Amino acid sequence: MAIKERMSGNEAVAFAIRQVNPDVMPAFPITPSTEIPQMVSTYIANGEIDTEFIPVESEHSAMSATIGAEAAGARSLTATSSAGLALMWEELLLAASNRMPLVLALVNRTLSGPININCDHSDGMGARDTGWIQIYAENNQEAYDNFIQAYPIAENEKVHLPVMVCQDGFITSHAVENITLLEDSLVKDFVGEYYPEEYLLNPGKPIAVGPYSVSNYAMEAKKNQEIALENAKEVILEVAKKFKDISGREYGLFEEYRTEDADYIMLIMGSAAGTAKQAVDDLREKGWKVGVLKLRVFRPFPAKEIAEALKNCKAVAIMDRCESYNGNGGPLGSEVLAGLFRYKVMIETVNYIYGLAGRDFTVSDVYDIFSELDAVVTEGKEAKQYQYIRLREQEAADERL
Amino acid sequence: MRDYSLKTIMNKPERLAPGHRMCAGCGATIAVRAVLRALHEGDHAVIGNATGCLEVSSYMYPYTAWEDSYIHNAFENAGATLSGVETAYKALKKRGRLPEEETFKFITFGGDGGTYDIGFQSLSGAMERNHDMVYVCYDNGAYMNTGIQRSSATPMYADTTTTPVGKNSVGKMQNRKDLSSIIADHDVPYVAQTTLTSNFVDLHRKAEKAIYTEGASFLNIMTPCPRGWRYETSEIMKICKLAVETCYWPLFEVEHGKWKLSYEPKKKLPIEDFLKEQGRFKHLFKKGNEDLLVQFQEEVDRRWEDLQYKCAR
Repeated sequence: MAIKERMSGNEAVAFAIRQVNPDVMPAFPITPSTEIPQMVSTYIANGEIDTEFIPVESEHSAMSATIGAEAAGARSLTATSSAGLALMWEELLLAASNRMPLVLALVNRTLSGPININCDHSDGMGARDTGWIQIYAENNQEAYDNFIQAYPIAENEKVHLPVMVCQDGFITSHAVENITLLEDSLVKDFVGEYYPEEYLLNPGKPIAVGPYSVSNYAMEAKKNQEIALENAKEVILEVAKKFKDISGREYGLFEEYRTEDADYIMLIMGSAAGTAKQAVDDLREKGWKVGVLKLRVFRPFPAKEIAEALKNCKAVAIMDRCESYNGNGGPLGSEVLAGLFRYKVMIETVNYIYGLAGRDFTVSDVYDIFSELDAVVTEGKEAKQYQYIRLREQEAADERL
Repeated sequence: MRDYSLKTIMNKPERLAPGHRMCAGCGATIAVRAVLRALHEGDHAVIGNATGCLEVSSYMYPYTAWEDSYIHNAFENAGATLSGVETAYKALKKRGRLPEEETFKFITFGGDGGTYDIGFQSLSGAMERNHDMVYVCYDNGAYMNTGIQRSSATPMYADTTTTPVGKNSVGKMQNRKDLSSIIADHDVPYVAQTTLTSNFVDLHRKAEKAIYTEGASFLNIMTPCPRGWRYETSEIMKICKLAVETCYWPLFEVEHGKWKLSYEPKKKLPIEDFLKEQGRFKHLFKKGNEDLLVQFQEEVDRRWEDLQYKCAR
């Protein structure tokens, strides 16, 4: 029996952790993810779960201890945001290259500076090449569902990689919405017990983790890791299928919302997809053929699938909630464009940067963007590639860009 | 230790296999083997290791010298990493995923760079949380793996590659950090300072205590490095003895807050006896540098008196 509740995104993830009851959770407080370790600590204090919590002295140590616990044979996780993820950076690489199937609940918050506690994706995007699987949620329901699917993906023998379960800071993590929860026993069965093949605490079968590796061997290790990330795509879909069987909710690498006959598509990730969908509904009523492609899995990046999904539209707005400071566009902009070119999908594109450090993003912004795409296609307007929306002094800023 | 017999102890099976790539005459592997000999037979161990000479020379894929489970993570996080392993042990035991009768002990090794400097926070956190583990620092007083750069454990006036002696330099200008005292001030159950001396009885006894005392323990072992200190490899035991007899490296332990001297030289030798054996202090014996030796002696005396005061309380 599904359970109807009202919860914030942080509560939803903490509740999923309660249901999974992992072995070890080291964590360090940072806004806006702090509530997750707080709630887990409360579950432990009240005897609802018996996870071992380690109140470490930094995020660097949080990820270090999570790796240690996972290598030892314990199902492990941590949670963080922003600067916390940045401080973990070296350890993120080690978690992936040592093939640790651990989970990180990331509550997306902008990176400094200026210091700011609100949402954008610069933290997750900053870790995009660390070898982790990254799954982004639109709302509390997806944050919950993605967390439950995380361990079956990570621990799959074809994958053995860490998974970052991402949700938007404050917008998703703190806003209370309706949610449908699964029964404890259903989650327990779905995630299953953890029996790693090789681990430090296996009496009589010692292992060594984290070697020095000379050039004769190191390159193969890196290639094997890349193969595992490619394998993850198929495993993510398999797990999603099984998850649908217990929940009725469907997940893929991305969600296509009213795109089947769409001329213009907005490609977007995270909570702003909800805003985009609302705008699409409004515009559809006025006869516009528009849709949304909401990316769920950013790593591994489904370039081919995205190209296939976009090939019949006339223009796409690629929405980045992150500045990547490469002087050429946001991370999604760069990767989607590269994918379209590789698979010979030659459509109009514009890369928009929006919502940095918690800046609002509204349905009227989406109307404007679809209008600009329409102008590009029907009037031959030369839209500025890689542009910011909703800047305080839009025109002055445009000139500087 | 009445029941200590070097012969018996040395006949225990080695837990660090030969064939690793550490230098001849290196103190670190001697210390590691001595620490591991203190493990009781039948007890398993998980060994942690900070990046450093010991790590890159003992676990070079696809070979490992470690008979026990081993984890190297990074340079600055050996404390935190092993704290995760130790916590996993508690979790698995509690949940019945490890047989009741199997005992694991947790020992991590780091050089002074990975312990005094870059790994200091991670070590401090693990000690404060009182994980049931031993952190062993093999202190050779510089970043030897990268080529003898000064660390906060490097003694004053040592000639290192980032404090080179020259026309305007007499070596490192600062005193060494007293890490053993700093960790003792964490109020952990057991802290000890030792080195390779007297048939390893002091090291053996302290390692055993550290491993079998419940909670966090810290062992600081002075381990000479022939490349960095510039001595004949055969002289290592003599140098260790002189470090103790000059009170440069006193042997002591702090058990549940109680400081105790493990050894008091009958006649404290002058610091020159320790320094003159090492190429890194050669410049101190040049004409005109006599005052530097006086200063070095004063610092050794000051620290020795301070330690005696702590132990007399």
